[in-house]
Amino acid sequence: MKATAESKIAAKSGLRADAESGRLRTWFSRKFKEIRENKISYLFIAPFGIFFFMFTVLPVALAMLLSFTHYNMLEPPKWIGLQNYLRLFFADDVFLIAVKNTFIFAVIVGPLSYFMCLIFAWMINDLKPKLRAFLTLLFYAPSISGNVYMVWAWIFSGDTYGYINGFLTYWGLTSEPVQFLTDPKWMMWVAILVTLWMSLGTSFLVFIAGLQGIDPTLYEAGAVDGVRHRFQELIYLTLPALRPQLMFGAIMSITGSFAAASQIIPLVGFPSTDYAAHTIVAHLLDYGNIRFEMGYASAIAVILFFTMIIAQQIVQLLLRNLES
Amino acid sequence: MRLQLREKRITRSTGGDLLVFLILVAGGAFMSLPMVYTIFHAFKPMNELFIWPPQFFVRNPTLANFYDLFLLMEESWVPFTRYLYNTLLITVLGTSGHVLMASLAAYALAKHRFPGQRIYFNAIVFSLMFAWQVTAIPNYLTMSRIGWVDTYMAIIAPAWAMPLGLYLMKQFMEQIPDALLEAARIDGASEFRIFWKIVMPNVKPAWLTLIIISFQSMWGETGARFIYTEALKPLPYALNQIVSAGIARAGVGAAVLVLMMVVPIALFVFNQSKVVQTMGSAGIDK
Repeated sequence: MKATAESKIAAKSGLRADAESGRLRTWFSRKFKEIRENKISYLFIAPFGIFFFMFTVLPVALAMLLSFTHYNMLEPPKWIGLQNYLRLFFADDVFLIAVKNTFIFAVIVGPLSYFMCLIFAWMINDLKPKLRAFLTLLFYAPSISGNVYMVWAWIFSGDTYGYINGFLTYWGLTSEPVQFLTDPKWMMWVAILVTLWMSLGTSFLVFIAGLQGIDPTLYEAGAVDGVRHRFQELIYLTLPALRPQLMFGAIMSITGSFAAASQIIPLVGFPSTDYAAHTIVAHLLDYGNIRFEMGYASAIAVILFFTMIIAQQIVQLLLRNLES
Repeated sequence: MRLQLREKRITRSTGGDLLVFLILVAGGAFMSLPMVYTIFHAFKPMNELFIWPPQFFVRNPTLANFYDLFLLMEESWVPFTRYLYNTLLITVLGTSGHVLMASLAAYALAKHRFPGQRIYFNAIVFSLMFAWQVTAIPNYLTMSRIGWVDTYMAIIAPAWAMPLGLYLMKQFMEQIPDALLEAARIDGASEFRIFWKIVMPNVKPAWLTLIIISFQSMWGETGARFIYTEALKPLPYALNQIVSAGIARAGVGAAVLVLMMVVPIALFVFNQSKVVQTMGSAGIDK
């Protein structure tokens, strides 16, 4: 009797295991069938996917691994666990300065550049085609050529030949030139101004393209429904229709403001006086390109990466809330 | 006698128009004055470049800076045209390949449902947030493994799969109504045909924009990280070397900035006229 009970239990659990593996099998076969049915979709994503994997996914994964090692590019990487991260937060004062600067910079430049892109794109889109094309070019021009921002180095130059200093001394407003590019009091503001000047780039063009794609009948219907004011129209009709582009622009603003360095370094020097305009990416370049501490530089990149993802999630939440 | 700059619409008031006009003028001045200054600078003779107080306008415009630049270019043992050819080649191949591959993938991501889709898309978006400066070294290792170091492919292939382009195209394709695609499917159109004949014409402003963005980043590519043979180097590399020779080249530097701007601006103007044409004549049929 006991034996039969045991065998019953065994049979039961066997059944359960069978059912489980069966479920797993059906799950796999279902997924497999789904994949086979969507063969065409994979064909569409394959060419991009292959190169994206090779030149983005793989290097990013490697860099993340390197962030747990000591790697000077001469000796093979040595695993050191969390040491890079601990050093960043507890033993590297300059990194903390860079974090502070980057946050100040991002909080000012991120939202401002975003709204500048949106407002100017919205205003320009109202104009007649020829004028619209001209103004788009005018606003986009600073982003069009790689390092045309160097003009600001002439404008803010610290000798009297600098455009602003020449002006100030000529009119007797200062007795000696203001060191815009080397005085810690000014550097950050110059960096912010120049970045804003260059910020009507990708997002701006994307907003304009998005606005042009909005169906004009939407506005006609809106006018019938009682939309009387241009701001009403912007808020109730234009912005909801522009949602995908707004999301895109938000990510551009986040990456553009948190990862700024390439336009700041040539203007204020590297490293900048008292690290007053030292950003996280500038710190990363210091360790990656000059000291060849690749593991440490990778750890900086990983921290920046998660910072930006958090910022992106917050902005995404904000955009969703605005909608409802 | 109001200047008619746009079609009349009920939601636009004259006062509002005036405010918009003022903001656009102020913004336009802030954006364009440094550019105009650069252009004037390029045409200034040496004595005006170092005049005090510094002048905004050029008094005696001269082509001396451009002439000096061409003289310097002739001195280099790789002919100027070779650099130009290299840049044109990587720019055209890089941009066309990128727009095509990004659009194909974006279509599947925006309008198909398949396993792995979310992971693929999230990887694209998140990768935008990883500092590329760090991936340079692992990238170099990959390149040398497949033997692409010191070839055009080292510049072109990564440009094909820039995540930004895919993200851009996907955001625009999302807005195409599904009903449009369903109708075509019922008519028996293949997926590729739908992509080419319905999706792409509907997102024309998007890929015209992507062409500008991609072209311009390829145009400025110096290739310094991967290209070592002088004859394979792109134009910006050669120009940067000339400018980096110091203060005596201030005028030449401005000439370089202006020259490098001319081609992207020409493309931009051409491109914008295309956008205007499509939107003016047909609009988007939904």
